[in-house]
Amino acid sequence: MTVQPLNSYRSGPDERGHFGMFGGRFVAETLMPVILEVEKAYAAAKDDPAFQAEMDGYLAHYVGRPSPLYYAERLTERLREGAGGKGAKIYLKREELNHTGSHKVNNVLGQILLARRMGKKRIIAETGAGQHGVATATLCARFGLECVIYMGAVDVERQKPNVFRMQMLGATVVPVQSGSRTLKDAMNEALRDWVTNVATTYYCIGTVAGPHPYPGMVRDFQAVIGKETREQILAAEGRLPDSLVACIGGGSNAMGLFYPFLDDKDVEIYGVEAAGHGLASGQHAASLTGGRPGVLHGNRTYLLMDDDGQIAEAHSISAGLDYPGIGPEHAFLHETGRVTYISATDKEALEAFMLLSKLEGIIPALEPAHALAKVVELAPQKPQDHIMVVNLSGRGDKDVPQVADILGGQF
Amino acid sequence: MSRIDRRFAACRAEGRAALVTFVTAGDPDADTSLAILKALPRAGADLIEIGMPFTDPMADGPAIQLSSQRALKGGQTLKKTLDMVRALRAGEADTPVILMGYYNPIYIYGVERFLKDAREAGVDGLIVVDLPPEEDDELCVPALKAGLSFIRLATPTTDDARLPAVLANTSGFVYYVSITGITGSATPDFGAVAQSVARIKAHTNLPVVVGFGVKTGEHAAAIARGADGVVVGSALVEAVRASLDGEGRATAGTLAAVEALVGELAAGVRSAAKATAA
Ligand SMILES: Cc1ncc(COP(=O)(O)O)c(C=O)c1O
Repeated sequence: MTVQPLNSYRSGPDERGHFGMFGGRFVAETLMPVILEVEKAYAAAKDDPAFQAEMDGYLAHYVGRPSPLYYAERLTERLREGAGGKGAKIYLKREELNHTGSHKVNNVLGQILLARRMGKKRIIAETGAGQHGVATATLCARFGLECVIYMGAVDVERQKPNVFRMQMLGATVVPVQSGSRTLKDAMNEALRDWVTNVATTYYCIGTVAGPHPYPGMVRDFQAVIGKETREQILAAEGRLPDSLVACIGGGSNAMGLFYPFLDDKDVEIYGVEAAGHGLASGQHAASLTGGRPGVLHGNRTYLLMDDDGQIAEAHSISAGLDYPGIGPEHAFLHETGRVTYISATDKEALEAFMLLSKLEGIIPALEPAHALAKVVELAPQKPQDHIMVVNLSGRGDKDVPQVADILGGQF
Repeated sequence: MSRIDRRFAACRAEGRAALVTFVTAGDPDADTSLAILKALPRAGADLIEIGMPFTDPMADGPAIQLSSQRALKGGQTLKKTLDMVRALRAGEADTPVILMGYYNPIYIYGVERFLKDAREAGVDGLIVVDLPPEEDDELCVPALKAGLSFIRLATPTTDDARLPAVLANTSGFVYYVSITGITGSATPDFGAVAQSVARIKAHTNLPVVVGFGVKTGEHAAAIARGADGVVVGSALVEAVRASLDGEGRATAGTLAAVEALVGELAAGVRSAAKATAA
């Protein structure tokens, strides 16, 4: 049995779904019974060794876990140039090597196995970059479940390769035309579907947001990232890392990496939000840096909004980060100061996208390119014996047409 | 007795159900919206629900989504909505006014300040879609303390085990959502609705009103036979939309379109006078 310290950062959520003042269950009455049902089903599954064994089997043989922890030697050396003898040693947690190309599949596997236990035959999901949609469509194909994916019309355009993938996997992709036509609106539309088809349908949320129990449940499914990282770095270096860096849309790849390290107080933790055209421009998706606490999509958290409480449209080059909110546990970790939240602009992310491609032969997704952009800044300030782990949450294949377009073919 | 209680008692005395009309504050513009609100009682509305527009109305269908967008585009804010209620109240002492919407704008306005301002403006009750009983501490309990009714939605998924929790802090009336779905979608199965209303009435003495999917006088009459009230929203904001000009502005026909539909619905409700009332 693991005993958690009294002042643990890992004790949330409480039984009402709160992380400090954040989280909760702010949903329409029609959905409350099914949300309580999901909570109960997850609590039972969590304590069932058979569920864990089933998960482990698919994680190993279908997803391809564990994902490697890779020492990025050329990136490390490049960032040491001109750093005056400094420059952290950089490791990449290779979530982009998972089946379907990102960390999203870890969570989807858990939720689809749960939906099966609940007897639900129809799965719905929202998606931004399309990675969560692809992972959901994939597991629905694997288990013979009906699958409907809601995706903002703007994102359908900029992440075309993933739209085709979802369709080939047998999913119906519904382009959402309401509001800003991005991830937030896709989530509204998924909730509207769920209210309508609640008896048959399971809503597979793609990040650590939404009503309780989703934020904690999705974190638990993603925590495999941090658990593996711990073992792998101990094997490689004989000690824990000095810092962790991950990008944040809703915050699932970040929570997955961070969670197992939250009580290791010597490990510095950095979450990177999308600064879009720059924080001062007002066109960004940095809810912790530029927003304030409010209530949306089932939880209280930091949100971008105006003085009347109307939700603002986020902006990011990356469809997966283009969301005006953030998971409630991040809001809590921000207020307690345990995690430092910073941001990277569209331009910085693009530069990091190219840098990793050229130096390591790994084309990252635009989302983790935001994390890499801050590694470029942070690593040269740290001593050479500083070990920094970055979550490479997804591969960039889906972004190739968009980046080629932006750079005009000049790479 | 609150204004809401008095109004239901009066309708009961007439042997009929109440007509509850929903329109969005500020749709299509502030002046027209106030004119519509003032016209509703004259046209036959017994209670007025005023939608507080929100950018992300997760439980609403396209008709109410679009009406919220029109209102927000015209600069509607929660403060302006409260001002509108005050202006309505100046000439309308008896018709209950219920504000309906989502929690975030209220949370940002500040719960205590909102409750005080709403009460002073003449608001009688609140319906907040994304506040289930599990979140009663947020607004429901403070609202009841401030003397406002907190009206809860009961739905087809609210089973007998859960009903007591839903009814516990409800006051004024219970709003039964006739379908599992969003506003403005399918027309309900009237027989099933009557059964559900009877089921809820076995748990409470509060009036039970039914909404979602009621579009015509005929629908209203069908629901009114078993329920204490009928709510119509999407059909009214759709009538507003259909009356606008090519640029989305109100026309001479806007007010008349709303009045005509309310008249039809009121006649429907009255045609279903309860046999038991004589
Ligand atoms: C590769 C990748 N990384 C990160 C994200 C952002 O989501 P989260 O913050 O939940 O990890 C996405 C979302 O689409 C993604 O596709």
